Amino acid sequence: MSKINFLKPDKENLNTYLYSGSFLFFIAIFDVFINSFFEINITSFLPKIVSFLLPLILGIIGLHLIRIEFSGIKNLDLLNKNINTSTFNAVLTLLIIFTIIKSISPIMSWFIIDANIAGDTKEACTGSGACWTYIKIWLNRFIYGMYPNELQWRINISFILLITLAFVGLIPSAKIKKFLTLYYVVIYPIIAFILIYYLISGGSLGLEWVETGAWGGLSLTFIVSFFCLIFCFPVGMFLALGRRSVLPIVRYISIGFIEFWRGVPLITVLFMSSVMFPMFLPEDFFMDKLVRVIIAISLFEAAYVAEVIRGGLQALPRGQYDAAKSLGMGYWKMHIFVILPQALKLVIPGIANTFLALVKDTPLIFVVGLLEIVGMLNLAKTNPKWLGFAMEGYVFAAIIFWIICYAMSRYSQNLEIKYKTER
Amino acid sequence: MSDKIIEMKSVNKWFGDFQVLKDVNLDVKQTQKIVVCGPSGSGKSTLIRCINRLEEHQKGTIIVDGNELTEDTKNIEKIRAEVGMVFQQFNLFPHLSILDNCTLAPIWVKKMPKKEAEELAMKQLEQVQIADQAKKFPGQLSGGQQQRSAIARALCMKPKIMLFDEPTSALDPEMIKEVLDAMVKLAKGGMTMIVVTHEMGFAKEVADEVIFMDEGMIVEKQPTKEFFANPKSDRTKLFLSQIL
Repeated sequence: MSKINFLKPDKENLNTYLYSGSFLFFIAIFDVFINSFFEINITSFLPKIVSFLLPLILGIIGLHLIRIEFSGIKNLDLLNKNINTSTFNAVLTLLIIFTIIKSISPIMSWFIIDANIAGDTKEACTGSGACWTYIKIWLNRFIYGMYPNELQWRINISFILLITLAFVGLIPSAKIKKFLTLYYVVIYPIIAFILIYYLISGGSLGLEWVETGAWGGLSLTFIVSFFCLIFCFPVGMFLALGRRSVLPIVRYISIGFIEFWRGVPLITVLFMSSVMFPMFLPEDFFMDKLVRVIIAISLFEAAYVAEVIRGGLQALPRGQYDAAKSLGMGYWKMHIFVILPQALKLVIPGIANTFLALVKDTPLIFVVGLLEIVGMLNLAKTNPKWLGFAMEGYVFAAIIFWIICYAMSRYSQNLEIKYKTER
Repeated sequence: MSDKIIEMKSVNKWFGDFQVLKDVNLDVKQTQKIVVCGPSGSGKSTLIRCINRLEEHQKGTIIVDGNELTEDTKNIEKIRAEVGMVFQQFNLFPHLSILDNCTLAPIWVKKMPKKEAEELAMKQLEQVQIADQAKKFPGQLSGGQQQRSAIARALCMKPKIMLFDEPTSALDPEMIKEVLDAMVKLAKGGMTMIVVTHEMGFAKEVADEVIFMDEGMIVEKQPTKEFFANPKSDRTKLFLSQIL
């Protein structure tokens, strides 16, 4: 057995280095863990500063000892290659591990251990953690807004129907497959509109009318996002084509439109749609606030979508246009069958980006008095009976938005894979 | 039999200030095969791209199959449907299978029923010997196979004239032959062809006439044998000595 040199770990005394290194490393982790979860400082006998830095020092030495190149142990090599290549990287690794251990404990106690969910008044929340009672009591409002409780079944039925109808595409029948695009682009939105107009809004067929001002919460978030996504896409597509048109009038109108909507903040657009727009309309002409808002957001986002799609159009080689033209295709045939299928495929990530931004912009409709989920939270947190729970509300909203956006993001990634072709 | 199918009279074209075509006159008769050669930048590609108006000419007249090329788009689409074109970069549609590439234009431009279009496409693909690849996508094929598919795609429109814009220049040397074979077969079938190429072997085998272009002008236009045996201009001689 050769002499052990602790400054230069080598392969010959592999086990000695490995065991002593791992031991020191786990001591370091253990120290931080005990400290964080049980508030026991096992090194309190040492001077304060040494006690504070000890886990880091032990960890560095430990990781130094196990940093053995080509040890022959697969996992060790993997570890060394990825998180332990040098002392600097070892320090970073340790700091990240310590931060995670340190932060788990307070997060857990706020979310779960010290949190309250029982009871139905503010007084039930006695712990130092989150007061989920607040969310529980207000959940109905967060989802349905001011929509009357006894009529909420109308929203439920509409959404269940719409979600079910969205899965029509999964029916594996060739007969249906032919009409899928038509279904999703035209029929489905019309069904959605009919459901929302007759069932949620009511006013006919013996259903009580519920004004859009009473709509709110998560259901409003979905309604606004859904229609804006559906409208802004085709408008954006035509604007993108218009901006590349050879006809100067079409081109300049498109450029003007895009640059106008891109140049103004969404909040001003919404404000104008509700306050200024009606001033230009004839007296007896009435357009619902929600409809105006949906149109405003759609046009606003359409300008962004247009620029994203234009990027895709410009990425296509000129040969594709030449080939389509040489086969006798006119402008529309060329674009529908050759150019747009390829360009849209290229811009799926960009479109997804814009759509996510759109969904996250919907809370801004509070400026015109429509309260979707974040609006309802703001309303609830100022309720005198429930003051002081803003944190819970925003965390709740953040989680909801994250789930929606992550689902959309995953869906767009699936689309990318599905439509991937080799060039 | 010997009707003029393409007539170009004093055609001029500029890219900005740069004149790419200078007073080009060219008549092509039915079933004639013409090879256009010349150094790069001499306007060969522009010349044949003018014939189906992928490029606009600014002066002169071009008459294709009795129709003059004008601004009128309906007219242009009609002419383009009769003039097939094969490109240097193949330009197949990468999002469609080879079969769909071939049937797209017949179905949507010529309003042919889908079944008929597919039969026609399979027949054309068999002609270029890639019927077995019909279900694949362009990205999965070799360059030679892609170019043969492109020829089949153009033929599916049953064109009266075929234009080839350096069809073998982007291919690996060993794939050139399979494409040239397909073109020779097409030529023997009596198609009117204008081919921009540097493949002099092909020119000698099938061309009725060879045109040599330089700096936007037709420098020399001779029957094939004459062209190679005793070229008139010094520029042609120099060019031939360099590539033969």
